[in-house]
Amino acid sequence: MAEQKTVLTPIPGVFYRKPAPDKDVYVKEGDAVKTGDVIALVEVMKNFYEIKAETEGVLAQFFVEDEDLLDAGQEIAVIIEQ
Amino acid sequence: MSYFRKVLIANRGEIARRIIRTCKKLGIDTVAVYSEADAEAPHVSEATEAVCIGPAQAKKSYLYVEKVIQVAKETNADAIHPGYGFLSENAEFVRRCEEENIVFIGPSAETIRLMGSKLEARVQMKKAGVKVVPGTDRSLDSVEEAVLVANELGYPLMLKASAGGGGIGMQLVLDQDELIKVFDATKQKANSFFNDGTVFLEKWISKPRHIEVQIVADTYGNVLHLFERECSVQRRNQKVIEESPSPFLDDALRKELLEAAIRGVKQINYTNVGTMEFIFDENKNFYFLEMNTRLQVEHPVTEEITGLDLVEWQLKIAAKEPLAVSQEEINKTGHAIECRLYAEDPYTFFPSPGVISGLELPKDEARFDFGYTNGSTVTPFYDAMIGKIIVHGISRDHAIDKMQKVLEEMNIHGVKSNLPLLKKIMRNDQFINGSYTTEFLNENKGLLVER
Repeated sequence: MAEQKTVLTPIPGVFYRKPAPDKDVYVKEGDAVKTGDVIALVEVMKNFYEIKAETEGVLAQFFVEDEDLLDAGQEIAVIIEQ
Repeated sequence: MSYFRKVLIANRGEIARRIIRTCKKLGIDTVAVYSEADAEAPHVSEATEAVCIGPAQAKKSYLYVEKVIQVAKETNADAIHPGYGFLSENAEFVRRCEEENIVFIGPSAETIRLMGSKLEARVQMKKAGVKVVPGTDRSLDSVEEAVLVANELGYPLMLKASAGGGGIGMQLVLDQDELIKVFDATKQKANSFFNDGTVFLEKWISKPRHIEVQIVADTYGNVLHLFERECSVQRRNQKVIEESPSPFLDDALRKELLEAAIRGVKQINYTNVGTMEFIFDENKNFYFLEMNTRLQVEHPVTEEITGLDLVEWQLKIAAKEPLAVSQEEINKTGHAIECRLYAEDPYTFFPSPGVISGLELPKDEARFDFGYTNGSTVTPFYDAMIGKIIVHGISRDHAIDKMQKVLEEMNIHGVKSNLPLLKKIMRNDQFINGSYTTEFLNENKGLLVER
């Protein structure tokens, strides 16, 4: 059976799914991701922290919307391992 | 006598508290604005009244022009003090204030627009006979044009966005191949970041020192300088330590620099307080870099050596009163140093938001301009600066000695801070000799290693 892995943000901040406002999202729901792929950004005090996939699989769902405010440790997405 | 009845402060943190302090002293009421994330922030309770202007993200609150204007009108504020950052150098905001008959405490929209363009600023300074970094004075529209200009100037060069600032929109190019490679991307980035794709080339200056001149100008053409500030200790193009006088300048060079700054400011009919930033090369040649058309973070260094209140002068000039002093009446005494305390890892500079606990400041031994108090939350949404520690001594050695003691007596818990780095810098020989450049932290990697 496929294993589910939740992606957490280690830091608080503002959530972004795109590298820049005029760019496409890093990854769409349902897309395959590899370990180390950037899936989102968290803006913390004018710095951008990359959230990376820590496993290979399909990014099934994001739990937060673009520009949502995140707490440290909050669940942001789930990856289903293949 | 009061310059205004009520001033709205379109800012947060230490600078909002700093402005409130002077307003209180002068009997002026204050309106604080705050985001939802700052409801518990000290500046909110210290103002006469406070209004929430939106969610945490700056663009939805502190940068929201129409909301700030609306609150100023609803609270009957006569004037708006923008502090630094946020809307302080936003010409459109100033134009809106002018339109609504609210006094903007700073220069005119037109001056801000002029100095906001690095290319236009270069042209103006050359007209005033102030040296600028060798480079182009026109926009480079194609990579072919850039290559031609670059061959004339000689590498290495800086490719700069005209609308950029604070280290953003700059690209070092070492040779022609690199210029060809980065030209389009830099232009595009300038366009998407600043909505202005104008780029130009300047000679790259190795091992520079960053020295700036504080100026004040009233609406009657009186222009004064308040000496220089040495700001070469930087990380990621952001200042960490500032001092005045600069240990690099002798009296003749200082005089030359201060006179150049005054010439430049007169050229553009500047009003209010402002800062002319210069870059010095290894041979003591100096060039105009840019002008900051606002109060600076490091203004306390100048206040300490001159005994003046720069916020009061801003209010006075904005109220159209003349500067009632001459240059000869402005004196400096001793030496001042400021350290910026950031909520960040002292070795990687990565931000560290959190709740401040156990904040201990030896109050009687230094000036502490802090945005936070014990128990305050440093949220992830704004600048990482917690506050500034400023000391004044009879000499540079005395000031360093005082700063060393103050930093040793300080304590902060709950967030990571750069306090350990500040302590090490104050005991570093190169810093103590005063022989440092903006490469200081890169050259002293040992300071950035935990021991």
